[in-house]
Formats: sequence, C-alpha cells, structure tokens
Amino acid sequence: MLRRILLLVVVLIVIAGGAAAALAWRAAIDPVSRPAAASFDPALVKRGGELAAIGNCTTCHTAADGRAFAGGLAVATPFGTIYSTNITPDEQTGIGRWSEEAFRRALWEGVDRAGRHLYPAFPYDHFTLVNERDASALYAFLMTREPVAARAPANKLPFPLNFRPLLAGWKLLFLRTGRFQPDPNQNDEWNHGAYLVNGLAHCGACHTPRNALGATQRNRAFAGGLAEGWTAYALNADSPAPRPWDATALAFYLHNGWHPDHGVARGPMSEVTENLSTVPAGDVQAIATYIASIAGTRAAAHAPTRQSDGPGAAIYAAACATCHDAGRPPPFGGIDLALSTGPSGPTARNVIDVVLWGLPAQGEEHRPMMPGFAGTLNDRQLADLLAYIRARFSDKAAWSDIDKDIREARAGGARVYPAPSPPSAPTAPGQQEEARQ
Amino acid sequence: MKLNVNGRDHDVDAEPDTPLLYVLRDHLELNGAKFGCGLGQCGACTVMVDDQAVFSCLVPILLLEGRRVTTVEGLGSADNPNPLQKAFIEEQAAQCGYCIAGMIMRAQALLRRNPSPSREEIRTALEPNLCRCGTHMRILRAVERAAGVKRTAEVGAGEQR
Repeated sequence: MLRRILLLVVVLIVIAGGAAAALAWRAAIDPVSRPAAASFDPALVKRGGELAAIGNCTTCHTAADGRAFAGGLAVATPFGTIYSTNITPDEQTGIGRWSEEAFRRALWEGVDRAGRHLYPAFPYDHFTLVNERDASALYAFLMTREPVAARAPANKLPFPLNFRPLLAGWKLLFLRTGRFQPDPNQNDEWNHGAYLVNGLAHCGACHTPRNALGATQRNRAFAGGLAEGWTAYALNADSPAPRPWDATALAFYLHNGWHPDHGVARGPMSEVTENLSTVPAGDVQAIATYIASIAGTRAAAHAPTRQSDGPGAAIYAAACATCHDAGRPPPFGGIDLALSTGPSGPTARNVIDVVLWGLPAQGEEHRPMMPGFAGTLNDRQLADLLAYIRARFSDKAAWSDIDKDIREARAGGARVYPAPSPPSAPTAPGQQEEARQ
Repeated sequence: MKLNVNGRDHDVDAEPDTPLLYVLRDHLELNGAKFGCGLGQCGACTVMVDDQAVFSCLVPILLLEGRRVTTVEGLGSADNPNPLQKAFIEEQAAQCGYCIAGMIMRAQALLRRNPSPSREEIRTALEPNLCRCGTHMRILRAVERAAGVKRTAEVGAGEQR
C-alpha cells in the first residue's frame, strides 16, 4: 500500500514537473542586426523619450556612477539582490540585437529575447498594459541611445530563487497579461491617466502593498507600500496627507517635486518627479486627474492636536523652528509640519531620513533644501524630536519601532535621494586653474 | 552648562537653545566659525562635533552634552598650522576668507574618515559649503595637497605630492 502511494506521488510529481517545464519554457526570438538609428521616425523617438521618463526607466537601469540605461544598479529586494540590465543597444551586453517583437515580449510578458523569465523587479506586471504604439516608441528611443558595453553583475539570489523557470509559477499566480482597456464611463484624460499610472508609470509598484511572494496586492491597490527603506504613502482614501490632495496640487507636485501645502518629494519619489518635470504637461495632468480620483474627496483636513511637550520640544524650538515656524512656505522656507505628510505617515521612516540626511540641493532650480542633522542629533535626541513632531503635528497615535527605524536609517545612509550630485559644476570657469595642475 | 571645545571643558552661561555658533563667537571668543545665513545653507559656520562636520548655527547647545566640539582654532594656530591649514595657505585658497574656516572643518572631517579622498569625493563632501569668491579650484587643490602630505608623511617621504 505504502509503495503504491509512493509510486502515485512520484508519478504526480513527474507530471506536475513536466507540466511546469512545458509552461516555463519560452522560445528564444531570433536576434536581428541592430537597426540603424536613422531608420526610426524622430517623432516616435521623441515620444519614446517622454515615455521612458514617465516609466522612470533610468532610475533602475542606471548605476550610481554608470552611463544612462547601461544597467548594473543593485536593486535590493526582500529575496536578494537583483542587478538591472543594460538596455542600451549594445549588441553584446545590451538589447542591440533584440527585435521589436522581443522587446514587446519583455514588456508584456517578462521574458527576455533568449526566452528566459525575468524577475518581476522589472515591473512587467504593470508594463503589460502598455499599448503597442507606446511600446514601439520606447523601442525606438532605446535603440537610438548610444550603445554602452556593460554587463550587469550576476544576481545574488539564494537557491531556489535563482532558478528562473520558477518564475513561470509566479506569473501563473500573479501576472495578468493584456493591454489597458479604457473605462467608457470616464473621460479621455482620466483614461490616459489610468493607463499611465497602472501601466508604464507603475506607481503601484511602490504605493501598493506586496504579499509574501513579492506581488502587489490587487485588492489593496494604492493602499501604501515601501520603497527602498522609504514609506510610499497611500494614494487612496487612506492618504495620510493632512490637507487632501486635488488634481491641481498633484499636477504641480509631480511636475515640480514639491508643493507648498504638502511638502517635498524625497527618497525614490524625487527621481520620479525629476523625470516627470521633463514630460508634456498633458501627461502629468492626466496622471494627476486619475490619482485624484483614487483619493476621492475628503471632507476636511486632519486637525493636528498641536499640544505637545517633552524633551523634543526644546530641540524642535532650537533646531527646526527657525525655518519650519517662520511662516514662509516652500520652496524658500520650511513647510509648516502640520501640512507635511511625513508627521502623519504610518511610519517615522521618511521623517527620520529627512532629519538625518536633509534635502540636498538639486540642480539649478529653485527647490526646497534642508540641512541634515545626522552629525548633530544622537539617537535618543532624534527619538525625542520624532515623538514631539508626531504629537504636535498629527492627530495620529505615537509611532512604534522608532528606535529600529532610526538604526536602519543610519545604516542605510548612503541611499539618500537625491544623492549628493555628481560634479555638475561648470567646467569652463575653473579650466585654466585645473590645467595648471 | 559644560561644553567641551577644542579639548577643553568650558562652563557656558547661556540658554540651552542658544546656537553653538553664538556661544563659540560671543562667549568663548572663537571667531573662526562665521555667521553666514543662519539656516544651514552656506556652511560658513561649519565646525566638528565629535568626528562630523555640522552647521553650528543650527546646533542648539542642549544637544552637546558629553560631545566634543572642534573649531578651526582647535586644529592649529597661525604659527603652527595643521597640515590641512598649511595646505590652504600654500594653495592660497582664501580670497576674502569668509568661507574658509567652514571649508577647512568640513574637509578635516572628510580626511578623518577618508585620508585619501578622490577629487570626486572631495567635491561631494564639500558640496554643502559655499564660496562666493569662486576659489573652489584652489580649495579642492588644498584638500588634495593635505591628503597627499598625509599619504607621503605616512611613508616618511616628506611633503612632496
């Protein structure tokens, strides 16, 4: 009897394994010779550039000191480290020999040209919504970039996660392929926004919580999530913003990276807004319209209690109030923290990151900046300050896990956004002196 | 309260929320650190607290119990400058000089954690400090020179870069 059961189990395993293998196997798509840059319609290339900005492609596909789109950035996931790939048209190490069909398959199904399953750190669960025209534009844009020879380091994933065919199972569970279908009850702007937000812009990759297997939870869309140690706030009715967002404020914020009534984009979001500052206003407006509809309308702003004491009060008064209580809104003054989303957020993490590392100056635009206090505040002083800020500027209960969050934020200090900028100083004025060296 | 500055304990009679910069200049008469913007945006007031460069205009002294403050006066004197100060003099890095104490202190903190910084690393570290005369290239060279001196000093090869 036992032997018969064992046999049955073995047979079932073989069948299941065979079925899985059949499912997991994807054919390679033949390589092509790299299409000449001149073969692409310039208007299509231009649109592809805008779409690449909306898709935030460069953020992951560019290493800290690397060339744009040449990949190699270490993306830390709960499962291990995945390195982004080179999507410049280099024939050996990039996508130079990919046909448009192969490129589309990667976007829509998460399979590379050679037929290997891609890890969902590449958000094909969102990109599957991208329509064929936009996929062509992205292809045209990427294939006309300068080819860069750069091979991404091997992923650091534990067995069995390093076995790519397993991803077929993940896809079976979590990937719904198919292009975006507009909602006939909504206008064109809303539908364009829904298309971008859920597709190429992949907002939910951070702003929607993920399950234990790393898939976004569809039934909790935009309920807030995590992004590289930062809290990605809820965009739905649970938004912790003290003053409700509307489409106008969102469009301003997404384009400029800050809003006087809400605060400053920081962490990975600052790269998003940096990219969105370069795209046509119509696209940003559509995104804002759709996000505003997710948030719905909230009757009133939260009412901070504004009564707080304790050791943090003196620290706030002496170190923070000069800017934050000066009654001068961003970008030239510090935001009234009763308006800032940080103090009302679900975790203290974002406030900790900003207090420790500040808001580095960025580019030549007029933008909010703030000095960091990592060298000034010790952990206890920072915890006191956070407790005070939470009590005074939000109507929420005290944060838990502050000490752990402070430890982690200090340890992850390198991941500040925007990273202190690489040398963007003009080369001309100092050249003479430099030449003398 | 007690404040440790340049290795000495001082009894300071000031309100706990007084910015460190004011105490340094007005109480201790250490006038190296300068008041620039008062908002932590220019770096003229930079000093070191323990091993890190901070804007002294934004540090209330109530945060400084048990910590070590180092100002530019604590590195060396006109007669006996430390290697970094000496490098700033040799490179003639000061024009009006208002930013220099802050530059030196931020560079000193950098050299302490990274004795051989690349030019990129120096640029990145000094980014919070402004110089409106425009002597940035000389400041960068001075820091490089100091790092070079230290490097060669370690192998006992004199002060040549």
